[in-house]
Amino acid sequence: MTASGSSALCSLGIDIGSTTAKVVLMEGNTVLYEKYERHLSQVRTKALEMITEIRDLLIGRAFTAAISGSAGLGLAEAAGLPFVQEVYATGEVVKALEPDTSVVIELGGEDAKVIFFAGGTDERMNGTCAGGTGAFIDQMAILLNMTVDEMDAASLQHTRLYPIASRCGVFAKTDIQPLLNQGAAKADVAASIYQAVVNQTISGLAQGRRISGKVMFLGGPLHYCQGLRDRFRETLKLTDETAVFPEYGRFAVAMGAAMFSRKDSRQFSYETITKALANAEGAVTVGHRLPPLFASEDEYLAFRDRHAKATVEEDDISSYAGDAWLGIDCGSTTTKLALISDENRILYSFYSSNRGNPVELVREQLSKIYELCGDRITIRGSAVTGYGEQLIEAAFQVDAGVVETIAHYTAARYFQPDVDFILDIGGQDIKCFRIRNGAIDSIMLNEACSSGCGSFIETFARSMGYGIEEFAALGLRGKSPVDLGSRCTVFMNSSVKQSQKEGATVEDISAGLSVSVVKNAVYKVIRASSARELGQHIVVQGGTFLNDAVLRAFEMEMDGPVIRPAIAGLMGAYGAALYARKFRKSTLLSRESLASFSHTSRAAVCRGCTNQCRLIINTFADGRRLISGNQCQRGLGLDAPDAELPNLYAYKRDYLAGLTGRPGKRGKIGIPMALGMYELAPLWHAVFTELGYEVVFSRLSTRRTYERGQFSIPSDTACYPAKIMHGHMEELMDEGLDTLFYPVLTYNVDEQGGTNHYNCPIVAYYSELLNGNMDRLKEVTFLYPNLNINSPRAFTATLFEAMHRHDPSVTRGECRRAVEAGLEAYDRFRRDVMAEGERAVAYARAEGKRIMILAGRPYHIDPEIGHGIDKLAVQLGFVVVSEDSVCHLEEPQRTRVLNQWTYHSRLYRAARYATHHKDTELVQLVSFGCGIDAITTDECRSILEPEGKFYTQLKIDEITNLGAVRIRLRSLLGALEAKEGEETA
Amino acid sequence: MSRKQAPNYIPFTKEMKKTHTILIPNMLPMHFKMIMAVMKTYGYDCRLLETSGPSVVEAGLKYVHNDTCYPAILVIGQFIDAIRSGAYDPDRTALILFQTGGGCRASNYIPLLRKALERAGYSQVPVISLSLAGMEKHPGLELTLPLMHGLVYALLYGDLLMSLVNQCRTYEKEKGSAQALAARWVEKLGTELGSGSRIRYSDVKRNYREIIRSFAELPVERFPAVKVGIVGEIFVKYSPLGNNDLEQFLVNEKAEVVVPGLLDFMMYCTYNNVLEYRIRKDRWFSSVINSVATSYLSRKKNDIIRIMEEEGTFTPMTRFEDTIRCPEGTIGIGTKMGEGWLLTAEMLELGHSGVKNIVCTQPFGCLPNHICGKGMMKPIKEHNPDINIVAIDYDAGATRVNQENRLKLMLSNARENLEKELAAEN
Repeated sequence: MTASGSSALCSLGIDIGSTTAKVVLMEGNTVLYEKYERHLSQVRTKALEMITEIRDLLIGRAFTAAISGSAGLGLAEAAGLPFVQEVYATGEVVKALEPDTSVVIELGGEDAKVIFFAGGTDERMNGTCAGGTGAFIDQMAILLNMTVDEMDAASLQHTRLYPIASRCGVFAKTDIQPLLNQGAAKADVAASIYQAVVNQTISGLAQGRRISGKVMFLGGPLHYCQGLRDRFRETLKLTDETAVFPEYGRFAVAMGAAMFSRKDSRQFSYETITKALANAEGAVTVGHRLPPLFASEDEYLAFRDRHAKATVEEDDISSYAGDAWLGIDCGSTTTKLALISDENRILYSFYSSNRGNPVELVREQLSKIYELCGDRITIRGSAVTGYGEQLIEAAFQVDAGVVETIAHYTAARYFQPDVDFILDIGGQDIKCFRIRNGAIDSIMLNEACSSGCGSFIETFARSMGYGIEEFAALGLRGKSPVDLGSRCTVFMNSSVKQSQKEGATVEDISAGLSVSVVKNAVYKVIRASSARELGQHIVVQGGTFLNDAVLRAFEMEMDGPVIRPAIAGLMGAYGAALYARKFRKSTLLSRESLASFSHTSRAAVCRGCTNQCRLIINTFADGRRLISGNQCQRGLGLDAPDAELPNLYAYKRDYLAGLTGRPGKRGKIGIPMALGMYELAPLWHAVFTELGYEVVFSRLSTRRTYERGQFSIPSDTACYPAKIMHGHMEELMDEGLDTLFYPVLTYNVDEQGGTNHYNCPIVAYYSELLNGNMDRLKEVTFLYPNLNINSPRAFTATLFEAMHRHDPSVTRGECRRAVEAGLEAYDRFRRDVMAEGERAVAYARAEGKRIMILAGRPYHIDPEIGHGIDKLAVQLGFVVVSEDSVCHLEEPQRTRVLNQWTYHSRLYRAARYATHHKDTELVQLVSFGCGIDAITTDECRSILEPEGKFYTQLKIDEITNLGAVRIRLRSLLGALEAKEGEETA
Repeated sequence: MSRKQAPNYIPFTKEMKKTHTILIPNMLPMHFKMIMAVMKTYGYDCRLLETSGPSVVEAGLKYVHNDTCYPAILVIGQFIDAIRSGAYDPDRTALILFQTGGGCRASNYIPLLRKALERAGYSQVPVISLSLAGMEKHPGLELTLPLMHGLVYALLYGDLLMSLVNQCRTYEKEKGSAQALAARWVEKLGTELGSGSRIRYSDVKRNYREIIRSFAELPVERFPAVKVGIVGEIFVKYSPLGNNDLEQFLVNEKAEVVVPGLLDFMMYCTYNNVLEYRIRKDRWFSSVINSVATSYLSRKKNDIIRIMEEEGTFTPMTRFEDTIRCPEGTIGIGTKMGEGWLLTAEMLELGHSGVKNIVCTQPFGCLPNHICGKGMMKPIKEHNPDINIVAIDYDAGATRVNQENRLKLMLSNARENLEKELAAEN
């Protein structure tokens, strides 16, 4: 191996990625030395250190050198060394060593790359919004409380896969947490995480090009994770011959850099290269910095003393005798318990990470509490709140479940009776409530893509090699915190990367992260522009506020002091305990039953209907069962609720299902039931039936629909309703249809509801994109004419032009009659929907039921896009109406924003309707990626809130955790009840 | 009408014309400076905002919904930041924005700006919608024919200067000399356009020639450089504030930058109204007017092209008539929201004219670009196998290092292709 003394010219490749550094020394195509290490953000020192280690190999000889990698870019500039882009470097290596490769898939710490060789080289990297990389896998392992190796080993034992979003870590967490909390097997979750990475790579990077032929897999994660390799191999249907995992996988980029460096005439010696790296310190420019959290030590001491005052008294559990109440807060990442005395003093408290099994954790704690209580203390009542509420309630027969929001408010009011604003930042949630007249007045929760929460800081601390407490303490000392923006975690990762490149210290990064978490909460979640919008008496809580740096950052942003109870992390549990005080005799599992407690969970698929919900069945020692994961009550072994409440979403689904074709002289025409078709299906059905076509619509979507069209999606950040359309087209073609139709419609129907009647760009033009990206459409006739449906005359003219070109036998007269029939069918549909809306409203008023306007777009009635939220609302006792079934009951709205889209003007009218009716609430469904909803959501809120109504927004994407939706809707119910109680009191 | 007018709209009155300073966001400095000069002639006191830096983005993020497109955050942030800085009296300041009224959410910048001003405590500041569709009434702003005429020349000069600067910048012997020369021209032409005297077309054409000759005389050292075209959402395509100074980055990488002009976007807007009748059988009268406007603008542009051809030295721009034909077989020219079919057309047009490397810029989550940018890359590559496109997303949180890394990948491939080409020639 040792090459000293050899005179051949060597080349040195240094690859510095987001988390690791790799060094190789090559002679020709032979690797003389290689090393792989985590750099913990110490980019320059690590590179220098790794070079110094091979001093003996380098000394006294000349060699070429190049740096590569995302974190190497800045270093190369500062040190004046040649740089080669990492994807390019990979391409070089593969072309030289394995020329018959057709595709390379490389996963790095934060980047994913795909290179196609066959048929013109095409190199791609993930865009700005993308997860599914090494950092994502690391985060997920932490969530499972495993090392990456353990997670990988577990994944090999899996028996089934769950759908998990991999767009970014935050999304995935919202899917994984409930799975864990509901008791899904870790092996299955681990494998599902890998599957998510595979799906992300295919949909995000292949963008319509098929991955086939000889595929080479490179990069750290694919080197270490056997399970991940298996998922790729299986999904891409590769064999051992066509899936190549070369030994040098992790070093491919470094080798590419080494090989590339030979093109550069510059030669280095050990001395010159170490000198260049040593001198690179401080040579980089520094980005924007923020003022320090504390200007002086005195300021810090004053801050500490002030917050030390907000404490709860404690009583000694070992001497106390009497009654006690127990509160449990089973959160997404942590579990908290509080046992309180009859004076509300804390007898016992507990705070710990879930470690992936909250049931076991609670069982341990209960045993311990029973032991400590002995015969002196009697537990009179208990309550549980948080994500794991249902599971814990069932497992331990807890007296009551409390919605999180109510639990937190109960606790906050105990500390500050005048509290008018509560901000709770937990591991994964941000919750804010405004309190008016003693009732929760508005609730804001973070949406999936805006979560810079506690677990984010924690994950970061760990990745940099610190515990969270140590990391937070360092943040307090940051002299000039880095400005990281207030975006989602993926963006923050790259901001941190950038600041590391600029040589920011750990102190400054820690402080900067705290500031960005606060800014995220204030500007993205609360949407406030100043402190005075929040309130006079602000209480902050949640585990994240135990971090003094976060607390201080919040005070600075608010420009004034706030109250942080010393038990900030326990507030949910404490509130639950206070809530439980209404019980006198507890149903909680006794000490004896607890001793024989056991819990198993298994996964199953519900066969109740076509939705095929993935269920998790928990079984407890005494034979009781808890089933979760279901969208409806069917399949729970329960009787169907006696009379289902009116649900306009179901009504519309049934209406559209009734549109069947009848055989015609011109054969069959396939129409995808997607995007605008949920609105206009009756129109096109009548038009084509009249023209002599048998109309075949694709079926309502399932997850499978999305998957079958996934590979041809060019823009991954478009909304799910659009992306799923690829699957609908595939389905129609699979069924043998050779004529397909989906028109280009710049304008929607004009309902005189605003200043114009546009469709959004996606609904208007998605068929252009389909035509350009779905190769299979070339084998059939895809009609996507640009039509004008706004006047019978223009409609006829544009339809005739398009149809006559397709089939010369189509006459103008036929088109005229088709248009008449179409417009009439559409009018009938709208009238029926509106009549049904009125009927539902009348029913609700007669029966004293609450009405929910589930306001979205027509396509939200699709069970896969809307995730059955309508059914959930019905289960919770709401009569569900859609925005388009009640909008006609109000005048068109004068909005402050441009009201020029048909669907959105319905939304504003529906919101106005809610303000006029006490029994009506509006809940807005927002699909992730809907740009226009960034405008409508604020406007809807500003219609509702001044009139004293709640504004509830549910952001949904390809996978949506109904548990979180349930919490939000129950919070809404809880708040409504509290408000009514207040009004009648 | 009442239902159509937003409740918080404040008209820009004739009195305000006398008392108020109008602030203009910065998108294309050269163009906009000359536009200001024209506006001044007609009695409007305009200022171009040239601020940048974190306070602009911060103000934007604070007052605009963070999921809104990045240009809205920047433009609104820049306005609010300027007023907050104390440099302008909020009682004597008005803001102006261009509004197309299309189906893209960008049409909402003006309402969003008003909402932001309200929240920031400056609800008295009038916001002028500069819209050819006449979306709002602003008695103080009269788009008279002579004024429009002047604006057209500002755009024509601007596009010419932009093209020439880009063709010299990478090769100039003295760093910054091309931009300095352009700045001198902007000054001179601004004075001319703002002198109030009637603009004679023969003078304009003489100016074109002199401009081209002055650039031809600029000391340069030409070498085979990689050519990179920039297309995309109009704000991030042009504005250094929006695209992290993309042009400068590419020039530093020794690439020659090719940026299609602003006039094309104007013609795209007018021509869409022509197509509205041709494709959708709607609004015949508007199609006639716009047809006249389009051919007028197109003739003006073709004059520049002809003079550039006569003078030699520089590669002229593409005729609009040719641009229109580019999308055939890829995207329908009825796609008219945002940059619509023009974006696809510009990528193809660049490819045809030998600029095979393209940066497609867009704000993160830009709706029309899902279709006409990212959505058309596959068909574009099918038609032009040797094209090398990279899509870059711009956003308040997107980091420069991430963007530059992707640009470097595009440049690596571009250089390799160039080397192959040169080798083939020898």
